Amino acid sequence: MFARLFSASLMLSELRVMFTRRRTWAMLAAIAMIPILLATAVYLSADQIAPGEGPPFLDRVTQNGLFTGFTAMLLAMPLFLPLTMSVVSGDTIAGEAGLGTLRYLLIAPVGRARLLVVKYLATLVFALVGTFVLMIAGAIIGAILFPVGPVTLLSGDVIQIPEALGRMAIVALYTTVSMMGMLALGLFISTLTTIPVGAMTGVLVASGVSQILDNLPQLAWLHEWLFTHYWLDFADILRQPIELGSLGANVILQLGYVAVFGALAYGRLASKDILS
Amino acid sequence: MKAQGQLAIETVGLEKAFGDQKAVAGISLSVPRGSVFGFLGPNGSGKTTTIRMMLGLAEATKGQINLLGYEIPKKVAEVLPKVGALVEGPAFYPYMSGRNNLIRMDSADRNSNPQTREQRVDSALERVGLSNAAKKKVHAYSLGMKQRLGLANALLKPRELLILDEPTNGLDPQGTREVRNLIRSLAAEGITIFLSSHLLTEIEQLCSHVAVMRAGEIVAQGSLNELRSNGQTRLMLVVDQVAEAKEVLKAAGISKTETLGQKLVSSVDRELDVAKLNKALVAKNIAVSELRLENPSLEEYFVDLTGEGFEVVR
Repeated sequence: MFARLFSASLMLSELRVMFTRRRTWAMLAAIAMIPILLATAVYLSADQIAPGEGPPFLDRVTQNGLFTGFTAMLLAMPLFLPLTMSVVSGDTIAGEAGLGTLRYLLIAPVGRARLLVVKYLATLVFALVGTFVLMIAGAIIGAILFPVGPVTLLSGDVIQIPEALGRMAIVALYTTVSMMGMLALGLFISTLTTIPVGAMTGVLVASGVSQILDNLPQLAWLHEWLFTHYWLDFADILRQPIELGSLGANVILQLGYVAVFGALAYGRLASKDILS
Repeated sequence: MKAQGQLAIETVGLEKAFGDQKAVAGISLSVPRGSVFGFLGPNGSGKTTTIRMMLGLAEATKGQINLLGYEIPKKVAEVLPKVGALVEGPAFYPYMSGRNNLIRMDSADRNSNPQTREQRVDSALERVGLSNAAKKKVHAYSLGMKQRLGLANALLKPRELLILDEPTNGLDPQGTREVRNLIRSLAAEGITIFLSSHLLTEIEQLCSHVAVMRAGEIVAQGSLNELRSNGQTRLMLVVDQVAEAKEVLKAAGISKTETLGQKLVSSVDRELDVAKLNKALVAKNIAVSELRLENPSLEEYFVDLTGEGFEVVR
């Protein structure tokens, strides 16, 4: 059963296709630019920022460069990160269909379920790489421009640099998990069309709508079901001890989205006539 | 393992409807094993849709398909490794090299051996004459080169059946010749070839059998010889003494003869013994400068079947 659904050889091939594209590298470069721009702007105008002004943590960046990654993640989370995720996930099936390679993969034969599993896992790898790129670029530029030292957490505890780096990795992992639902939604939307740009736009709009709904207090009952609801909760990782409540809820929510949209994507692709 | 019947492809009452339009309207194909089977029809007659159904890419509305003894779409995953195909033109990742594209496609096949992958890819590239362009990105390929790469993709493994949809599309005359030679050599290896084309000359040159599609239906099917016999064989004769030659022909039982200057054209039996006729002519001291049998042109026959018009039928 496992062999029917996964193949290391195909996974490697999928990643090779993804990382051969200049677009993938351009997006990763753009992700890396977020902390770099942020840190540079803060560095050049350090004396003009009053404590508490701007996005959370912004004033802390000047005191400790290790905060650059966290702050950049907060900035990237609502729009830029979902944008790159929608490009990658919207392209999964629609991109192959648009090129015509989908028909050749299917007659190889790749197996429709296996193709979906591998495509999905590849988008997850991209999310992981993207979030780590952001955190690492943040740490590096922060270390270059600002002093680096033990980090004072939101709970007031102080952790040493190695542990702070560990927390940064956990934030990157958490953000990747936060993207799982959206990536699954993107995979499903991608099976609906042969025009990749259409699918990408669809996923991005969905994330925008979800965030707007999350901000309407009248819809409070709906909030915990929205895939964007816990996106900014990675701040809980910056407490001692790490607060697990919303993290756990997020994992369950994201897995729920993966199950639902994974099933829908399979239902759609398995019964679809490939006419592209 | 090879207990399947004599037919490489068999369809019964195969139908595909898009809305209320029938792209394929109940066709029954019988493709014998080892044949080079031409699937001829004008653009838009339903050839590619039929091929898509055979390969499990599209679901038939009605009817049955059997490929190499395997029921489609139920057993499609088992039979596809034995089938190489080119469907509606080649398709590749433009930002990857030709070679990497083939490696990618081979990786998608869970039955293929990763250990022999590179070697199989290289020999497929060599077979279609692309070894020198293997490392070039596909977006730099000409249409003809993409077409060859598509053929290489169909040849990544030893196949029992090749389904080739318009394999010479976009090729220059030399490339066309090479691809046709390649198809001949593949057929000589015993691979059944199902060749769809809108070019009659291509079918005539390559195929042993043919089915003719028109507006979703098969209007003729059989071996090329069977279909040829629907037309009339003609004898072409150029001599110095027309009247005497006519006498000789009459004596040989050929009465319907037209004269065009020094040239005689008569309708004859296709089994006519030309050598014997030549002997008889020479015995009468007639100088023969040309003597040949002209097989009926399939073209005339097919134009009758598929219509002359430039108009799209539907």
